[in-house]
Amino acid sequence: MKHLLSTRDLDRATALQILDVAEDMAATQQREVKKLPTLRGKTVVNLFFEDSTRTRISFEAAAKRLSADVINFAAKGSSVSKGESLQDTAQTLEAIGADGIVLRHPASGAPAVLAGSGWIAASVVNAGDGTHEHPTQALLDTFTLRRRIHGDGSRGRDLDGVRVLIVGDILHSRVARSNVWLLSTLGAQVSLVGPPTLVPFGIGDWPVTVGHDLDAALADTAFDAVMMLRVQTERMADAFFPSSREYSSNWGLTAARFMVLPEHAVVMHPGPMNRGFEIASGAADSPRSTVREQVANGVATRMAALYLTLTGGAQ
Amino acid sequence: MTAYVLVGARLADGTATDLLLDGGVIAEVGSGLSRAGATRIDADGLLALPGLVDLHTHLRQPGGEGAETVLSGTRAAAAGGYTAVSAMANTDPVADTASVVEQVQALGEAAGYATVRPIGAVTRGLAGESLADIGSMARSRARVRMFSDDGVCVADPLIMRRALEYIRGFGGVLAQHAQEPRLTIGAQLNEGPTSAELGLAGWPAVAEEAIIARDVLLAQHTGARLHVCHLSTAGSVELIRWAKGRGIAVTAEVTPHHLLLTDRLAQGYDARFKVNPPLRADEDVAAVRAGLADGTIDAVATDHAPHPDDSKTCEWGAAANGMVGLESALSVVHQAMVETGLLDWAGVERVMSRAPARIGDIRGHGEPIGVGAAPELVLYDPSAREDFGLGRLAGASRNSPYLGRSLPGRVVATFHRGAPTVLAGAVLDADEVASRA
Repeated sequence: MKHLLSTRDLDRATALQILDVAEDMAATQQREVKKLPTLRGKTVVNLFFEDSTRTRISFEAAAKRLSADVINFAAKGSSVSKGESLQDTAQTLEAIGADGIVLRHPASGAPAVLAGSGWIAASVVNAGDGTHEHPTQALLDTFTLRRRIHGDGSRGRDLDGVRVLIVGDILHSRVARSNVWLLSTLGAQVSLVGPPTLVPFGIGDWPVTVGHDLDAALADTAFDAVMMLRVQTERMADAFFPSSREYSSNWGLTAARFMVLPEHAVVMHPGPMNRGFEIASGAADSPRSTVREQVANGVATRMAALYLTLTGGAQ
Repeated sequence: MTAYVLVGARLADGTATDLLLDGGVIAEVGSGLSRAGATRIDADGLLALPGLVDLHTHLRQPGGEGAETVLSGTRAAAAGGYTAVSAMANTDPVADTASVVEQVQALGEAAGYATVRPIGAVTRGLAGESLADIGSMARSRARVRMFSDDGVCVADPLIMRRALEYIRGFGGVLAQHAQEPRLTIGAQLNEGPTSAELGLAGWPAVAEEAIIARDVLLAQHTGARLHVCHLSTAGSVELIRWAKGRGIAVTAEVTPHHLLLTDRLAQGYDARFKVNPPLRADEDVAAVRAGLADGTIDAVATDHAPHPDDSKTCEWGAAANGMVGLESALSVVHQAMVETGLLDWAGVERVMSRAPARIGDIRGHGEPIGVGAAPELVLYDPSAREDFGLGRLAGASRNSPYLGRSLPGRVVATFHRGAPTVLAGAVLDADEVASRA
């Protein structure tokens, strides 16, 4: 695997391979000395055209635990007219000797353009592109869910028949897109619920069921996991929904709705959370919340992604 | 001036004939033609059509000379078999005064590759707020007859109404870029399954159709002529069909790319496929083809939109809209309309030469080939097929969506004002063409 650009183009075997390597990486993180020599001498650049401290430090920790040299590059602007072009920046990094580029970019498809450009020889890992995909987030979500369900026997297992509900702003969510594809590839049954204005036009062919009534969805199906998406309150200004109160009362995971969930169901959130808006603190802080596990598992999953893209899994 | 005998050309109706170009007209039509001193061109097996006429060309000059100039753009036109192009107004400065349109027309005359008919802006600076110097442009040496804010929509309904009425007074036509701006904020790709998957902000069909619906009603109310630029959706075809059925004075154009390509080509985020209006769905392609075949859509117009490489080799969101189209248009129409049996060559002549010349009031073009007609011709080899390569591009920019795609046919020769601009598939030298202009 030279690049990791999306989960849409991951087949089941490759997805399981990444998750199983992530299990191996997670095991090493239980040791006293967490650092592995795997990527010694390799240089990984975190190229972020968009601020995201959480994702950046997760990748940084992952690369450092694999002994790679890490350069953080916060680039400004996203077009030729507004600052550095992607091409110029990438070629600068190539000249410096980057072996891997972890790219966060506000434009959908920027990692695919970079990987296909011929500008660089380095591997490209998509760390979130516009409203397209965020594949390592979906991998860490899936990893977390698989562990909650299969425990220590997770290796080699998929999510056949697992019922997952994703709630919120699907339209603008790269996390939702990546999860839809990955969860479906691994056999999960995915449902989407959100305001009609925040569900993309043209998803009739997606392998999901789509609804707008959260209470009805929770009453209909005993979900194994509920994934709440972060909702930007600025969306109100663009008339996607009338008020934060109305959003919260219709699509928030309130204490009352949390009570309705099956006993075994887990609550997921990619962070950062808007407490009291899309998720009540009681749900976010409960033992059934995986929010902090997701963060911890993010490092192991990104170690797997960097290892597999930079070495091809050969070492 | 040298006379030319084109020997054994086939006309759109299938008849084979020789054509003698002499004295600024097609002097003789028939078999066994000869004239002392005339240059003989072997046209055996080649289709002869009246020179193609484009209603929608971005020549970029003044202001965008890094992408195209009037000279380079008309070379591209000649390479594609065009003998007349309509230069869009979205230059810098905008073509909203007599001096700019006269300058553009003069540059075309000096280059000599094709007739350049400037399009005037509808509103000053394309800002959509006050009218441009429409009367001055109409009465200028450039005799502007078509007005457009193309690139942006004349969105304000009151400005649109006034513009239609005012332009009517000068015998002109308003060419509308139909795009409801509020419905297309940040829009990147046709709103549908591909935009949903790629996470690109959708450009919904309704944003085009809502403007067309409003504008045909305004045209009916004002009695003015409306031309719809680059119509791209199935619903738009229905609206034009309805309006024509009501007797409204509306005409419409479709681009070659909307006849052949779909939004699925955006899958790899290759910005060569980024264009405005965006590439649409299969059902839209089928509908615009049917509309062009049955006359609902009057003309093919290229929307030739040159851009330098660095405006296209970047992330999709930052890339410029548009594709070059003059050099490939006839081959694309050949594939989309002729090979599918939807149009015969007489139909191609209608939609690529006669109708656009009529709509744009472009005199001396689009005349059926016959004695006394203007000597504006293209010779086309319909039996050729090849991968469309850089060698086929003759303008200053390379942003063609067809590079590497197999397309039928090839322009072998183009004659403008009785003299060749393209011979044996090669564009003639600029000095030679300019010397007789």
